[in-house]
Amino acid sequence: MSFSLVARPQPSKLMVYLSPLLALILTLFSGFLMFSLMGIDGLDALYAFFILPISDSYGFSELLVKAIPLILIGVGLSIGFKANVWNIGAEGQLVMGAVAAGGVALFAYESESIWVLPAMMIAGILGGMAWGAVPAWLKTRFNANEILTSLMLTYVAGLFLSFLVHGPWRDPEGFNFPESRLFSESALLPIILEDTRLHIGMIIALLVVATIWILLSKTLIGFQVKVVGSAPRAARFAGFKEKGLIWFSLLLGGGLAGLAGMIEVSGPIGQLVPQVSPGYGFTAIIVAFVGRLHPLGVTIAGLLLALSYLGGETLQIEMGLPQAVTGVFQGMLLFFLLACDVLIKFRINMTQKASKTESVKQEASA
Amino acid sequence: MKNNFDDQEIGQPRLLLQSVTKEFPGCLANDSVDLRIEPGEIHALLGENGAGKSTLVKMIYGILKPDSGTMIWEGNKVQVANPAHARDLGIGMVFQHFSLFEALTVKENIALGMTNPPAMDQLEQQILEVETRYGLPLDPNRAVHSLSVGEKQRIEIVRCLLQDPSLLIMDEPTSVLTPQEAETLFVTLRQLSEEGCSILYISHKLDEVRQLCQSATILRHGCNVGNCIPANETPASMAALMIGEEFEVAQRGEHPEAGPVTLEIRSLSRKSEQSFGIDLHDINLEVHSGELMGIAGVAGNGQAELLELLSGEVLSAADEILIGGESIGHRGSTKRRQQGLCFVPEERLGHGSVPDMSLNDNSLLSGFVSQPFLNKGFIATETVRKFTRQVIDLFDVRCPGQDALAGSLSGGNLQKFIVGREILQQPKVLVVAQPTWGVDAGAAALIHRALLQLAAEGAAVLVVSQDLDELLTISHRIAAICGGSMSESYDINEVSAEDVGLLMTGVSLDKSSTKPGPAQGALQ
Repeated sequence: MSFSLVARPQPSKLMVYLSPLLALILTLFSGFLMFSLMGIDGLDALYAFFILPISDSYGFSELLVKAIPLILIGVGLSIGFKANVWNIGAEGQLVMGAVAAGGVALFAYESESIWVLPAMMIAGILGGMAWGAVPAWLKTRFNANEILTSLMLTYVAGLFLSFLVHGPWRDPEGFNFPESRLFSESALLPIILEDTRLHIGMIIALLVVATIWILLSKTLIGFQVKVVGSAPRAARFAGFKEKGLIWFSLLLGGGLAGLAGMIEVSGPIGQLVPQVSPGYGFTAIIVAFVGRLHPLGVTIAGLLLALSYLGGETLQIEMGLPQAVTGVFQGMLLFFLLACDVLIKFRINMTQKASKTESVKQEASA
Repeated sequence: MKNNFDDQEIGQPRLLLQSVTKEFPGCLANDSVDLRIEPGEIHALLGENGAGKSTLVKMIYGILKPDSGTMIWEGNKVQVANPAHARDLGIGMVFQHFSLFEALTVKENIALGMTNPPAMDQLEQQILEVETRYGLPLDPNRAVHSLSVGEKQRIEIVRCLLQDPSLLIMDEPTSVLTPQEAETLFVTLRQLSEEGCSILYISHKLDEVRQLCQSATILRHGCNVGNCIPANETPASMAALMIGEEFEVAQRGEHPEAGPVTLEIRSLSRKSEQSFGIDLHDINLEVHSGELMGIAGVAGNGQAELLELLSGEVLSAADEILIGGESIGHRGSTKRRQQGLCFVPEERLGHGSVPDMSLNDNSLLSGFVSQPFLNKGFIATETVRKFTRQVIDLFDVRCPGQDALAGSLSGGNLQKFIVGREILQQPKVLVVAQPTWGVDAGAAALIHRALLQLAAEGAAVLVVSQDLDELLTISHRIAAICGGSMSESYDINEVSAEDVGLLMTGVSLDKSSTKPGPAQGALQ
């Protein structure tokens, strides 16, 4: 028996949707193997990772809380990825959104106006956009690779936030801890489910998903994004402005990441701290790809990857395993997904060892 | 040249293929094809684009492996492992698209293509010998980028001849040549044939085949549909075998009364941005409404650069290009469409259409400017679908339906769709590049009729093509581009194919003098 990859005449639509499922199964299987090799009951560990965290309604609400930023950033990134704009720096854009929104909250400290939250929201979006605008400008002006510039800017954003909470924005009554003041009530997102942390951000995320879905499938700009990504020369033929779409993708992706940052600091965190995100901006890249760059898919993938955060925490509590398990599972999922995506364009061909090849091989040199 | 003519057994063919089959995913390229080539014979392999000619010769030359079937070379059964093995056997091949390094010299390019090149001065000596023997003048020390296409082809031929082939495969060699250059090539090929070298000559140009070839094998849809002796056939009888269906040939009407100038190019010059691109020099051109203007020229003489400037993908100074008297050189594609310019690019997949989008989406691609496809920023899906259905019906686009992906259509049907999509937008000016490149004869005839119809309705149509026969059939007026310069334009009734051939080499016509025979002069 031998295996070989044979090109399909046409990409398989079925495999496009089957591939994430296959990747998930392979991830589960490898996870089981990994736990077993570590001398832990694999099934118990998988149960603790994937089932236990959402076995009660509080757990489920926590899942949603974690999914909100992932979905928001994921749909934003998927627009860019469709247009071949590789924004890897959503984490930095999230941080800058959090900084801008946090700034508004601290500036309006003790204000009870209902306008504080909307102002924070706008500030958050603008902050993220500003951070997305830098790679957009560098790319359209100097043709600088946005993968590198957006990624490097992530670290700049992280250090900037760190500088603020260690310095000018440090809580004056905070015993020198590197944290800002706790936001006042008017700067916190309303809870929509009692006794949980589930906040109004859930509704915002769903609205964004619906809007992006319509944008992609029903408007000219969505069509342009798809054409630029799929056939850049055809886009030029049609007169679509490539530079405009680079700006659009990075501003949209940055703005949504900034909104996620605002939601994090005025939702679950409630103040500025040195770490406002456990890597949501990076995980959202996986979310976008597992969700097949489709808003609905991204929503489902956002829930799945949110579970990986909860699962990691649960394993840490239940079995004393390091939280790195989260990263391991996320990595495996992306790895297997990329591998399985080969099957969209190729199929596996199994052949018995070929033996009917005629052995008459004439080395003629007439 | 190796001359094994005498020591051959009588009747033993140089090459014999028996039921050779090759399948690609979703396409049976060769379906048990037989081929027999005698020593010293010039054998034509005829067929339309996509009939499987290239696949067959790639198997002979060892680039592809057949799924089944046998190949017998000079009486011995062989499996050609790779092109080097083919060259060892004595098979040489000149490709349609050359693989040359533009920055290197002729000699260096030849050395790179050889399995065991001799020392450089020795090689130069050998090159000069072959060149004098076969009348292929070429300086071994010239850089390739400074050569014409015909000269580049000579490099490939010399490279093959240095290896002493007993079978030379030529893949559509005249598709890139002017009529005069083609004549020169035929003399070389006949000489080779007389010396005992077999030639497998791939073409779909029937006149050529009748002139040159002693026998022919005809392929259609990957099947062997017949063998014939071209001299005993008419072009029509061979075409019938190649195409297998009747179609109505486009008829150009009389040259219409000159309408107003609708497309005008005024002293357009442009430095190429690519290192071996072609600079455009002071191009002037007027296309009147109601006429079809043809631009002839061998590929790579500035057509691509000119077309980019016309479509608006590259901008020029405002008054270098005018539509209906209005300067649009500085405007992008969208503005030009608003002025009534439509455009059919040379490359169908990825330029004229998005391969993995449906035909509906591909209607939207270029139609959104002139058609009511948008309603307050939202796509009016039903209008787009209606338009697409119209294109499919009127232009006989054969496809599973309007939701089919553009990339799944055959070349001819996709081209009909693209041309139809542009024509249905009722352009004032239509610029078409290579309208029937790689398209079957039926589709080509339909496209030609549609272009003439559009001109008859008052549009200015500009067709840029490498296919001189096509331009001579459909153009009312013709000019040629060479080295980035445009010739004068002539009424089609004033010029012969040979005249246009001269224009394609940059020679200007002196219509008052008697025509000399330049082709003969070039050789002897």
